[in-house]
Amino acid sequence: MLVRPKQGILDPQGQAVEEALRHLGFQVGHARVGRLVDLELEATDPAGARAEVERMCAQLLANPLIESYEIELEDA
Amino acid sequence: MNEMLRIAVVVFPGSNDDGDAAWALGALGADPVLVWHAEPELPEVAAVVLPGGFSYGDYLRCGAIARFSPALGAVARFAADGGPVLGICNGFQILCEAGLLPGVLRPNASLSFTCRDVRLTVENADTLFTARCEPGQELTIPVKNGEGCWFADPALYEELESRRQIVLRYAEAVNGSIGDVAGVVNEAGNVMGLMPHPEHAVDPLLGSADGALLLASLVDAARDRSAAAVRA
Repeated sequence: MLVRPKQGILDPQGQAVEEALRHLGFQVGHARVGRLVDLELEATDPAGARAEVERMCAQLLANPLIESYEIELEDA
Repeated sequence: MNEMLRIAVVVFPGSNDDGDAAWALGALGADPVLVWHAEPELPEVAAVVLPGGFSYGDYLRCGAIARFSPALGAVARFAADGGPVLGICNGFQILCEAGLLPGVLRPNASLSFTCRDVRLTVENADTLFTARCEPGQELTIPVKNGEGCWFADPALYEELESRRQIVLRYAEAVNGSIGDVAGVVNEAGNVMGLMPHPEHAVDPLLGSADGALLLASLVDAARDRSAAAVRA
């Protein structure tokens, strides 16, 4: 799961990273800092697994007021 | 100490202001009871305080894990029954994550941990938690947090403002909160959260006793609830 601050939400961490990159001479636009959650899951049905992870995101892993998320499934 | 005035202070792994909250409530005439977060039920109490600290190390998001503690289920039932619940700092974060209060607390705009006395304005003195204050009164109470920047989207913010759910605002720039909001109450009026620490401002020796106005208001509300329970 890739969780990140929604567009338009103040992200001071992203701003600090952005400024640090500019100090290093990189030409960058806005930076946003989110988090990556790697999760092992036993499942045979990808759609079912995705739905399960959706529920995890909605209940705990992301706060929908301020964060959006993406789910990526990989075979082990 | 008064048997009738028992107020629960819920202790999470990582809470660190539970002792101060209990001490302050005791000094104001209540009988505080510490309740471990794993308890599925609350003892017989007339109010609940969720204290400050760093429950579960603030992992994931502040308050995000504590909201699933068994005691929080009991607190939600107590709140649904109209019981007064006050969340201070991390307690405020937990109540927001649990959906018992609107909005969410984000990292301070400065990205720094802010620990100092701040000036607040009482926006709404008609709540259980501010009944001892005057409308517009200025209070000095310390904050100490890294994630005190309250956020609500413009539509929600407008709704809250029109329903007078914004109870306290900072009277100075503190952390980037939308509308300088320092404390909000739920629609029913019995659950409040604030980032400043009233329990650290209950004696002039500490620089300010303004926090006692808020906590004494809560003790009054607890007394009213006990009296109503006795009559019933």
